[in-house]
Amino acid sequence: MISNSSHPVTTQAALTAEDVNVYYGSNLAVRNVFLEIPKNRVVAFIGPSGCGKSTILRCFNRMNDLIPGARVEGKITFKGQNLYAKGIDPVETRRYIGMVFQKPNPFPKTIYENIAFGARINGYQGNMDELVERSLRGAALWDEVKDKLKGSGLALSGGQQQRLCIARAIAVEPEVILMDEPCSALDPISTLRVEELIHELKQQYTIVIVTHNMQQASRVSDLTAFYNAEATETGNKIGYLVEYDQTQTIFHNPTEKATQEYVSGRFG
Amino acid sequence: MTTEFPSTPTSDLWKPNRQRSQRVELIVKLIFGAFAFVSIVTTLGIIETLIFETFKFFQEVSLWQFLTDDKWTPLFKSAKFGIFVLISATVMTSTIAILVALPLGLLSAICLSEYATPKVRGILKPALEILAGVPTVVYGYFALLFVTPLLQKFVPGLQGFNALSAGMVLGIMITPLVASLSEDAIYSVPRSLRDGAYALGATKRETITSVVLPAALSGIVSSLILAISRAIGETMIVTLAAGQNPRLGLNPLVPVMTMTAFIVQVSLGDTPAGSLAYKTIYAVGMTLFTITLALNVFSFWFVRRFREKYE
Amino acid sequence: MTIDNPQNFGSDRPSEASNFNINLAGRYKLDRIFESLTWIAVAIALLVLATLIIDVLADGLPRLSWDFLNNFPSRKPEQAGLKSALFGTIWVMSVVAAVSFPLGVGAGIFLEEFAGDNWLTRIIEININNLAGVPSIIYGLLGLQVFVRYMEPLTGGRSILSGGFTLALLILPIIIVSTREALRAVPDSLRLAGFALGANRWQVVREHVFPLAIPGILTGTILALSRAIGDTAPLITIGALTFISFLPEGLQSPFTVLPIQVFNWVSRPQREFHDNAAAGIIVLMVVLLLMNATAVFLRNRFQKKAS
Repeated sequence: MISNSSHPVTTQAALTAEDVNVYYGSNLAVRNVFLEIPKNRVVAFIGPSGCGKSTILRCFNRMNDLIPGARVEGKITFKGQNLYAKGIDPVETRRYIGMVFQKPNPFPKTIYENIAFGARINGYQGNMDELVERSLRGAALWDEVKDKLKGSGLALSGGQQQRLCIARAIAVEPEVILMDEPCSALDPISTLRVEELIHELKQQYTIVIVTHNMQQASRVSDLTAFYNAEATETGNKIGYLVEYDQTQTIFHNPTEKATQEYVSGRFG
Repeated sequence: MTTEFPSTPTSDLWKPNRQRSQRVELIVKLIFGAFAFVSIVTTLGIIETLIFETFKFFQEVSLWQFLTDDKWTPLFKSAKFGIFVLISATVMTSTIAILVALPLGLLSAICLSEYATPKVRGILKPALEILAGVPTVVYGYFALLFVTPLLQKFVPGLQGFNALSAGMVLGIMITPLVASLSEDAIYSVPRSLRDGAYALGATKRETITSVVLPAALSGIVSSLILAISRAIGETMIVTLAAGQNPRLGLNPLVPVMTMTAFIVQVSLGDTPAGSLAYKTIYAVGMTLFTITLALNVFSFWFVRRFREKYE
Repeated sequence: MTIDNPQNFGSDRPSEASNFNINLAGRYKLDRIFESLTWIAVAIALLVLATLIIDVLADGLPRLSWDFLNNFPSRKPEQAGLKSALFGTIWVMSVVAAVSFPLGVGAGIFLEEFAGDNWLTRIIEININNLAGVPSIIYGLLGLQVFVRYMEPLTGGRSILSGGFTLALLILPIIIVSTREALRAVPDSLRLAGFALGANRWQVVREHVFPLAIPGILTGTILALSRAIGDTAPLITIGALTFISFLPEGLQSPFTVLPIQVFNWVSRPQREFHDNAAAGIIVLMVVLLLMNATAVFLRNRFQKKAS
């Protein structure tokens, strides 16, 4: 059933997953995932809810470590280094692989402090003001907030908050940014701005984005992975990777019937 | 109220006495409403009593004397009524108490909510709550007969009655209050904020101190204010362990007399109603009530004003 | 966990690699210190509790005996006992329970089931919150003026009745709040089912809601009563005597209670009286422990049934 035959031709892999299984307690949540995420590309994860796409995303920066009982089997590499090898620290991992969440979650601090926090804990040696400005510019937010850097991050609109969270993520100079449905809480105009931003960020960062919105996947991504879920006898859902290919191919000429049905809106 | 529906063939079998049951409901409602009103009457009673006797007190003693005298000797021939003598003792014991309860309570709250496993927490939390259920007279015994003799080994010049051990034991007493209210505040910080910090490469401590605690700050401050208010109004510990000597100043090693201790001192004697001493305890009670009420209202206002709004 | 080679993920951007000095080892050291501090705080609190209990037991256990429970207070410490205080506590707590339970539960039912959400209930609610923060000694001043003085013909002055009324007012907010919580925990579907059969609100509350809420209400009431049993200040203020060598004859009798007897013994200079105080504390704590155990038992039974 696993269809990972069509590995895209890549220049250099930023992240890879090799036969990854994720368990919550004794329940298998996602099984046998193989994939390769090339550098400086945008990869979209799509699929119905419960198919494990967010779970796999959270393996890449070891956020699953924070959930009691979560366990990851298999190999996940970042630039060739196994992230789950002994001696690899999740805290250090996360500094290289940033994350943006479903709901904007700015800290209850000033806009400036929201950006500076990550840099400070990670021992940033450069000029903080410059870093804050560079990060906010990088997230296309600078012009809107440059006069209220001392204002609360919570006072911004939802779309601005999400871009603040992106600015916060790029401030620690990661190489990969994981985005977990970053636009699901935003209005269409804010969504558009974030999508434009993703295009910009591709120049410097590798981006993995989970989305429910298939148009969004086809608009922003170079590659798309389609996940599905199957129910076990006990009623648990187990997610698995169905197909992973160029976004064009997934949407217009997929190999698997399930992919075809999903992208044409027949289920999910 | 009569039914307006057409009767059915069996309607003579059904004779609900709706009038009666509605009358019963009305009576119950009135009685229970009156019960609920008792709480309002209690408040009015407290305020009326305090104001009434305090007013009579100030007909004999000027407000100026009350606020500026540097001695408190209401039972002497040459009576002096400097309330700040008592307030200074109350401030001292409460300050020592909060210096103990702030670190103990807040760190305990962090331990229970962030570090302890659910199982360990299930044991530690009820154990800490026992501290809150210990009668204050027991704490008074402990402060006077255990803590003071123990401290005297380390603190030269510590007298048998002193604000230091009273304040420290007072701090232990309010620690569970600080811990449980702070824990609620910490618990209500959404997971997404913690995830945001972890995703930037923060360690657990950095997440707690830089993100969780600031987000919970309004709740923590409010718990501290409530705890201070509780310490100010506490009676038995300070009466037993801090002494009965009205003394202006902030020396924690010597006997002092708090506002509550004065009320107890007068109550233990035979004080006829209408005497100046009788009125004095109401003036002190009024001062105590005003301070604690102000703190409670401030704490309530503070948490509403500064609470971060999370969805 | 530390990293042997911090350059595991050597940056592709050499110019920026030096911008960050992550120093994980140092940060983890602080993490460990911080976590230790939180455990130490809990340990200190529990250690104090243990010390207190051991201290009281060591001083008081040798004094505990049938005679100690059955003797009246005396000027001679070895002959002094708790009898009048025990009886006084039973009398006063009976008054407190008889007054505060119906008042608190009735008020709780009114606020939760009948009153709806309007300005009056909101005022009552704010008022109850504020009353819960009033120092207990202030209730003593209220009781002294109202029950001891104004209502002397009814209460008999510094009597069991005055003491009971005062403590009842003190714990009323706790009972009201726990009654409301217990009622709120009863699912609304049950009320709707009752209404759908043509019952009015009181019938629904009496027949369906209240029986389900009883365990929760009882738990809250017992905890409130255990607060009253240990509270000393208001009773001292209304003038409960500290030396009573007779049993109460009625509700208008003068009285003493356990914590006041303990207070009296602690304030004496002689060491023997201090041991009496410790023994009195043991009795008081055992009573409190039994009450709390009953409350926990009720709560657990209720939770088992509900699930």
